[in-house]
Amino acid sequence: MEPVIVFDRVSKEYPLYHRVTAGLKHFLLDLPGAIRSLRSTRLEVLRDVSFTVQRGESVGIIGRNGAGKSTLLLMIAGVIKPCGGTVTVRERVSPLLELGSGFHPDLSGRENIELNGVLLGLSRRQVLTKQDSIIEFSEIGDYIDQPIRTYSSGMVARLAFSVLVHLDPMILLIDEVLAVGDFAFEKKCLDMMLSFKGSGVTTVLVSHALPQVEQMCDRVIWIEDRSIRCCGAPSEVIAAYIEHSKPTDKP
Amino acid sequence: MNQLAGMMNRLSYYWDLTVVLTKKEIKIRYKSSVLGYLWSVVNPLSFALVCYLAFQIVFRIGIANYPLFLICGLFPWQWFSNSVNTSTEIFLRNSSLIKKTIFPKSVIVLALVLQDMIHYVLSLPVIAVVALHYQVFPTLTWLYGIPLLLLIQLAMTYGAALFLASINLFFRDMARLVSTLTILVFYCTPILYSESMIPPQYQWLLYVNPLAPLMANWRSVLLDGCLLPDYLLLSAVYALLILYTGHQVYERFRWRFAEVL
Repeated sequence: MEPVIVFDRVSKEYPLYHRVTAGLKHFLLDLPGAIRSLRSTRLEVLRDVSFTVQRGESVGIIGRNGAGKSTLLLMIAGVIKPCGGTVTVRERVSPLLELGSGFHPDLSGRENIELNGVLLGLSRRQVLTKQDSIIEFSEIGDYIDQPIRTYSSGMVARLAFSVLVHLDPMILLIDEVLAVGDFAFEKKCLDMMLSFKGSGVTTVLVSHALPQVEQMCDRVIWIEDRSIRCCGAPSEVIAAYIEHSKPTDKP
Repeated sequence: MNQLAGMMNRLSYYWDLTVVLTKKEIKIRYKSSVLGYLWSVVNPLSFALVCYLAFQIVFRIGIANYPLFLICGLFPWQWFSNSVNTSTEIFLRNSSLIKKTIFPKSVIVLALVLQDMIHYVLSLPVIAVVALHYQVFPTLTWLYGIPLLLLIQLAMTYGAALFLASINLFFRDMARLVSTLTILVFYCTPILYSESMIPPQYQWLLYVNPLAPLMANWRSVLLDGCLLPDYLLLSAVYALLILYTGHQVYERFRWRFAEVL
């Protein structure tokens, strides 16, 4: 076993910029408050988070909205830096933080494949050789030369996912992407990801679709209140999470 | 050897990124307009017409072939001004790319500037046609003068655009500030008038305005077929300075782009 993602006591806080960006007038009208807020209001998102992901492992991350799951993915992808601690990633990351980011609505499906493929790390030549197989996987057919603003959201998702599976990822980061597309395509995606898993791709998946997480992942990390609440076998962690999330009668 | 191969790989990837993003910018710019590319000529031409009416017909400025004189400065100016004014919003418009992907974001700005450059290059034939109309003929100087000035202006515009795009994320007033400033700089740059018309006590303005030697040189090359070496050197130095500053600012702030968007 070889660790490919290592988080060592990672913490992240965001400064709150709204005071200054709210404008000079507000800033000057409430000067003491503004200065205080500049100094002290930092939003702590993660505190002392440590975990390790081994090569070929599939790890699911669950937790409430705003618990810091996406921040964690962004740090693995290298889009943002931690404020404290270290993040070590030993492989090339294929971020799929959101399906279809980087698509332009006025370009055709084919043009978007080239654009998106290169933005996600392929060379133009690689995209060109894979183009036919991307189009075939997406099952979009003749619509491929239409501008994608005419596509349904499910079709956009299909196209985006097709580009993704052709990236030959080493580490795959997925943020809530399987909720789109019809049943058949969703099944196809799941099969694809399971086959990735078989070929040694490391996957980190953020999702609220607990059954999928349970089916896909070897291990689940539950983030609550800025740190790891518990981490372990999917069935146990998910059961605990569901138990915890149940509405209680008492306030 | 391995390192060299890695670097070549990165460079070729950088090139691919630049190509696809520039292609995208060009494709989407006039996607749903009938006149399409013609707009990038129509805009500066109509501006030139207004200036012609005001300065030639009304003020009777004493410059020979004034319409030609005007467009030789206006066209490259439009490139700079368009790039710089669009650059302030460019990261905001591409926020999903900034937040969700990991390629070097400076390429977005480079593609924007290249796209405006290509439109400018495509409008050079219009200048040539107008020049022929006034019996001014292309010279050999064009062959090396135009590429040199293109390169200098590309570096200068890219540096300025990178700076403004980065700063605007943290200080959103930048966009409005820039649109005001470009108008100010426009009138301080010898485009509507020639350098020699500036009174002696204000000649220094030519040297503190990075755009002045560049625009004067464009006109000198296109109109008189002569590249002014001192202006060339000065604008090259300015271009390098601006490029360096823009790059430093971008490097300093790029980690926080995703946080403020």
